[in-house]
Amino acid sequence: MLEARALSIGHGKTRVGSGLSLRVAPGEVLCLLGPNGCGKTTLFRTLMGLLPALAGDVLLGGRPVTALTRAEIARRIAYVPQAHAPPFPFEALEVVLMGRTARLGAFGQPGRTDRATALDAMDHLGIADLAGHNYAQLSGGQRQLVLIARALAQEAPLIVMDEPTASLDFGNQAQVLSRIAALVSGALDDGRSVVLSTHDPDQAFALDARVVLMHRGGILAQGAASEILDGPRLSTVYGMPITVETTTSGRRVCLPAVT
Amino acid sequence: MSRPALPLLLALVLVLMAFGAVMVGPFGLSPGEVLRTLVGQGDPQARIVIWNIRLPRVAAALLVGAALAAAGASYQALFRNPLVSPDILGVSAGAGLGAVAGIFLSLPVAAIQASAFVAGMVAVGVVTLVATAVRGADRTLTLVLVGVVIGALAGAATSLLKVLADPYDQLPAITFWLLGSLASVTSADILPALPAVLVGLVPLTLLRWRINVLSMGDEEARALGVEAGHTRFLVIASATLVTASVTALAGVVGWVGLVIPHVARMLVGPGFGRLLPVSALIGAGYLLAVDTLARSIAPVEVPLGILTAVIGAPFFVVLLARGRRGWS
Repeated sequence: MLEARALSIGHGKTRVGSGLSLRVAPGEVLCLLGPNGCGKTTLFRTLMGLLPALAGDVLLGGRPVTALTRAEIARRIAYVPQAHAPPFPFEALEVVLMGRTARLGAFGQPGRTDRATALDAMDHLGIADLAGHNYAQLSGGQRQLVLIARALAQEAPLIVMDEPTASLDFGNQAQVLSRIAALVSGALDDGRSVVLSTHDPDQAFALDARVVLMHRGGILAQGAASEILDGPRLSTVYGMPITVETTTSGRRVCLPAVT
Repeated sequence: MSRPALPLLLALVLVLMAFGAVMVGPFGLSPGEVLRTLVGQGDPQARIVIWNIRLPRVAAALLVGAALAAAGASYQALFRNPLVSPDILGVSAGAGLGAVAGIFLSLPVAAIQASAFVAGMVAVGVVTLVATAVRGADRTLTLVLVGVVIGALAGAATSLLKVLADPYDQLPAITFWLLGSLASVTSADILPALPAVLVGLVPLTLLRWRINVLSMGDEEARALGVEAGHTRFLVIASATLVTASVTALAGVVGWVGLVIPHVARMLVGPGFGRLLPVSALIGAGYLLAVDTLARSIAPVEVPLGILTAVIGAPFFVVLLARGRRGWS
């Protein structure tokens, strides 16, 4: 579905990462894990063709991403940015409807079926009651869910989320993460794939994802969370002693050494 | 209010206001006289006043107000900033320089208007070219900053011409033009501006959904499937065409393009499909009211720019104080 081969990423002459190779198969959850500033967002932007690759190729459905138009890319990858505030008070439903843009003509307007799709997507995430609310006045967690609903309404086979819980407080993080988990288990049934980045290794465990562990602009390891996320690797990546423990309920959690 | 009702109501109010504005003036007319003249009867004097003086002026005020407000709404959406006005990219400064140069060279009126129009378009063209060449990190910010620079340059050249101009003949004309006025407008002046404004409004209307998406920011718009660069170029070109056409007709009229889109956004929200027509309707009514005031409150004509600033500035402060509704 999505494949990166020996990718070098960066802005202009500043190289952020190199030698990055990864694949996303249909119906898979891939978690891009690494500390802040390790190049996760730059990698995402390169994968979506928003930023030119410094070297290497990105293939989307077998075709180089550079050969596709923006609308063709948007019909294949839906992007969920970090929750933000737009300058104008759009209704939440209007924001979700923007996900339909790549399915409209250049001069097109979203119609009745687009509205139905958008409302379905909001309903799917349990936020249908927010449709008429001012997006700018929603909480960070609600805004993030609206942006995820927009990605669902885009009906792309691959959804990319950039640190979906980064700017949220503890409760909102848990809420958004559990909605993502529910979405992922549902979405995987119809073959959709989800790629998300996070700096919190616990989330990779919680989503039972395949993990790409990034370190200093390269890939340290990739594989199932339960197999590759161990104390030594996490300690290397985050630059401090970390242990992985199993709770009495069987969940794995990462504990940094606090001295 | 139901969705289509508001624009219809505004259009109705506009027709009534236009009718009222035709009656007002040194040669006062009753509603009956106006009606009789409009259907081809009435006395010859009323006919001349209405057809040659009042109607062109009313039509020009409607056109200029609608165009400035529509262009302002477009620029605000495009630059994701509610404090942006149509002259952000230097169109007014360029048109001002063009007109002042025309007056300085004692060109005929039509040539002054053409010079203002061309210089306004050229100014924005130079701004976009320079901004593309600079390749700053943030394209929008680069555009705005280059707009400020080119605007300042054009302003300096305008000031130089004012210093050199004949203080008794040319300087008053220059000052009046830079503050905006419809005092000497005729049907012949409106005819070239009208089609240009309509041509500019067509792409803005067709792109109304994509303009919404663009106001989420360039990168997000691209991720949603919009070729942001092309769309932005088309919107800038259209809004500039609209602004330059009416600036050539009326001079530099400030504040309308800044304030009116706010009022419209408070009424119908930021969705551009509704914001554009409602902004244009309110802008038309507002400038008609201001222009009617300008020609009737004092024995001499008051420049439009003075009135729009005197009314617009405190109004804008009230808008800000009321919790920025329609803003965030």
